[in-house]
Parts: sequence; structure tokens; C-alpha cells
Amino acid sequence: MLLFEGVYKTFSSGDKRVEALEDINMQVEQSEFAVIVGPSGCGKSTLLQIAAGLEHPTAGKAYLNDTEITGPGADRGMVFQAYTLFPWLNVADNVAFGPRQKKMPEQEVQERVNRYLEVTGLLKFAKLYPKALSGGMKQRVAIARALANDPEVLLMDEPFGALDAQTRVVMQELLLQIWETDHKTVLFITHDIDEAILLADTVHVMSRQPGSIKKTLSIPLARPRDHSLTLRPEFIGLKKEILELIWEESKAAAQEF
Amino acid sequence: MGGTFLNLYHNSKSKNQELLTWQIVSLVLIASAWCLLSFGFKINPVFLPTPLAVAEAFRELWQEGVLLSYTLISLYRVLIGFFAAAIIAIPLGILMATNTKTEGFFAPFIGFVRYLPVSALIPLMILYFGIGDFEKMAVIFVGTFFQLVLMVQDTVGTVPGDLLKAACTLGADGSAIYTKVLLPASMPGIMDNLRICIGWAWTYLVIAELVAANSGLGFMILRSQRFLQTDRIFAGLIIIGCLGLLTDYLFKTLSKVLFPWYERLGQ
Repeated sequence: MLLFEGVYKTFSSGDKRVEALEDINMQVEQSEFAVIVGPSGCGKSTLLQIAAGLEHPTAGKAYLNDTEITGPGADRGMVFQAYTLFPWLNVADNVAFGPRQKKMPEQEVQERVNRYLEVTGLLKFAKLYPKALSGGMKQRVAIARALANDPEVLLMDEPFGALDAQTRVVMQELLLQIWETDHKTVLFITHDIDEAILLADTVHVMSRQPGSIKKTLSIPLARPRDHSLTLRPEFIGLKKEILELIWEESKAAAQEF
Repeated sequence: MGGTFLNLYHNSKSKNQELLTWQIVSLVLIASAWCLLSFGFKINPVFLPTPLAVAEAFRELWQEGVLLSYTLISLYRVLIGFFAAAIIAIPLGILMATNTKTEGFFAPFIGFVRYLPVSALIPLMILYFGIGDFEKMAVIFVGTFFQLVLMVQDTVGTVPGDLLKAACTLGADGSAIYTKVLLPASMPGIMDNLRICIGWAWTYLVIAELVAANSGLGFMILRSQRFLQTDRIFAGLIIIGCLGLLTDYLFKTLSKVLFPWYERLGQ
């Protein structure tokens, strides 16, 4: 279980102080797929970085299974929006990076690598260097790399944000399919509302800066899901509700400038 | 094909062919200009010897046994001096890029020495170390080390922070961040730094040999000047130039072989 308790984050440089997060209280249950949506600049990435241990809260605490998060660790895998594959390692070695860091026996490493390359449809590309891959392929490898480390929680920071619309659909369905097999705990960030509803058990809507949780909605749509769902009335009803929350925030944010 | 002002070739084979063609054109032009000026306009050979005279100088130098031995001694000084600099500069540069204390401790001194002209330090070097091989290596070391540290520091500084973060979330810490991420990520850039720096090493060597030496290519050039043997000066310059070209080529080839994964910006 991932828990945020009264988390505040203020960035300061010189005299300037930017309140990024304000009193965030939320939790992600074991095996829950939680998605955070919010207007751009609302601090949602910062919140994820705090969960990853890459940023530290100014006040409040974040916990994973009752243990305070103080730094990055292999129990919290992360997929970034930017491409972060190690360019000097081929696809298979990228996926093997985490298990090798754990000093896992090589045979076991290979088994894991093969399993996750298969799950992500990358077996044919195992020997390629990242420079030969398309954006979608790179993100597949990034997902396989995070999963191969068998983290407690998978943190995803707009992982499909840089992909074209068609590839994004393919990747969302791939992620759904993978999630059906292992029900990993996921905290996923996006500004794409369709994506949020399609993937989530729970959607947390964030307010404009300083970011706080404006509303939490559970998404009662049956699983397994695919894209045909996006045209159904109950989907559109949820979308309308979330869109209105976000519009309020974006408009208010625009007026503040 | 052709007609483009930018190198926007996607077909590297046609690019290589065009490169080779123009390399040959440029060489032929330079050789023709030399022939025309020396044979045609009969410029005073003290200023511009004919290609034949330079070839003859090469033969004489070979027969005197100094061609090979002077080249080797110069090469030896450059390589030892340069590698000594590289072996210390690379780890120090990496540390300075990643550790504020190290940067704070070394940056002022390195920044200071870097701006001192090496030629101005040669008298000091001679005073300390005499005029033997060690003094030449020390000159090369001082000439390249301080530049190289800062170049390596810059190169390591350009490794994307997201790569390091990704490595952290995969369980890499402390030394693994250096050996498994920072070092491999910056190796191609460091190779480029070395390639550029070794060119300067040759310059400093020749300067050191011009000032005080009793062997080496710089010494040969200086002695030839005293006897107005311009053809021998040319022979010395051609050797140094060719060694430079060869070194550059070796470094580039080595980079391609060692870093097949490397994606140069703009490629």
C-alpha cells in the first residue's frame, strides 16, 4: 500500500518560492490501479517523484507498506515520459539491468528477461540497441525493464505522453493486458482523461497549482477492458464529470495569469 | 544528390563516397599548387622546396637513421605524457562533474593553470626536470591535463538526469551509478575529448623539442632551420601532419567499433 500523509512540496530558488503540492492525503491499495489526472503544472509529476524517492516532501510523509520513503529503491519501479533506456545496452540487457543489480543468478535473469520481453512483444528485438527502436517500442522496453525488477509498486509518469494517438491506444491496451495477469499496484499520471478512465480503478483529480487532491472517483467499469469501452454511455458520463472538474481548474488557472 | 548545404544524408554509403571524392580533389589541388609554385614559378627553395627535394630529404633522413628514431622518440613522449594526463584527468573530471566538494576543491586551481600558456611554463619545466624525455612528457602533461579535466567534466555533465533517475529506481546506487551509468554514458564523448586533446599534445611536444632537445622531430626541424634546409623542415612537418591524421582516424575508428550504440545528435 502506498500512502501520502499531509504531503507539501515547495520549490525555492533565490527569493522565488513555488508551492507545488499542498496537503496531499491519498492512498493506493495493494493491487489497485490508481490514476492521477490534473491540469498541466499541477504538481502531479512531483507527487510521483516523491513516491519514487527522487524528491523529498517539504512537509508530510510518504509510505510504502508502512515504511517511510526516504530515497529511490528497487521496490518502486518507474516508467518516465522521456525515453530513459540505457543507449549502450541492447533491449535484453536493458531489461536485465534491475535483476543484475540485485545480483540474481544469470540463468534466472535470462528467464525473467525472456518472460517480460514476451509479455511486451519484444522477443524479436532483444538484440537491438535503443537507437533502432521507435518511441512506442522504447516505452515497451521501459515497461518490461520496470516489471522485470518485480517492484511492489509501478510508478508511471505520463509514459505514453510522447507517443502518437494510434500508438498510445495500442500501448494502453497492452498495459491493461499485462495488468490483468499480475494486478500489480500502479500509480499512473496523465492529463489524458480517456486514458485515466480506461486504465483506472480509482481516478484522483488534482487541482491547479498548488496541487491538492480535488476529488477521488472510483471507476466501476468491468474488466477486462479495451477501447470499445470509450464509446459507452457510462464511460462518457464519467468523462463528463472529470472534464468539468478539470475545466474549472484550467480556467481558474488561466485567469490567475 | 549534391546541392545540399547541410549534411542531411540518410544513405551513409553515398555520403562516404562523396567525402572520399572531395578528399582526393583537395589533396590533388594542394599537390598541384605546390608543384606549380616550386617547379613553375621557381620560388626560392629556401622558402618553398620542390616536392622532389622533400622526397630527397626523406631519403637522406632515412639513410642517416634519424627519420625513424626521431619519429619514434617523439611518438613515445607524446603517448606517455598524454596517457598519464588522460588516466588522471578522466576519473577526476567525472568526480568533478558529480561531486560538489571535488569540484570546489579543484576547479580554481585547474581554471588558473589552464590559462597559462604552456610555452611560458617550459623554462620552469627545464629548470625542474632538465631537457630529457621526462621534461617533454611533463610539458605535454601540463598542456593537456587541465584542458582534458574540464572537457571530461562537461561531457559527464551532459548525461541526462533522467537516465540516472531511472537507474536509481532500478536499484542502482553509489558506485553502480558511476560504473554502470555515468561511465558508459559518457565514454563516446570522452573519446572525442581525447581525440581533440591528443592534437594539442603534438603541438606542445614540438614546442618543447624546439626549445631544448637533442632528439625528436621538433629538434630536427629546428636544426634544419639553422642550416636553411627547408626541404628537411617540410619533411618533419609532413610526418607530424600524417601522424595527426592517422591518430584522428584511429580514434574515430575505435569509437565506431567500441560504441556501435552511439547516436550522434543530428544523425
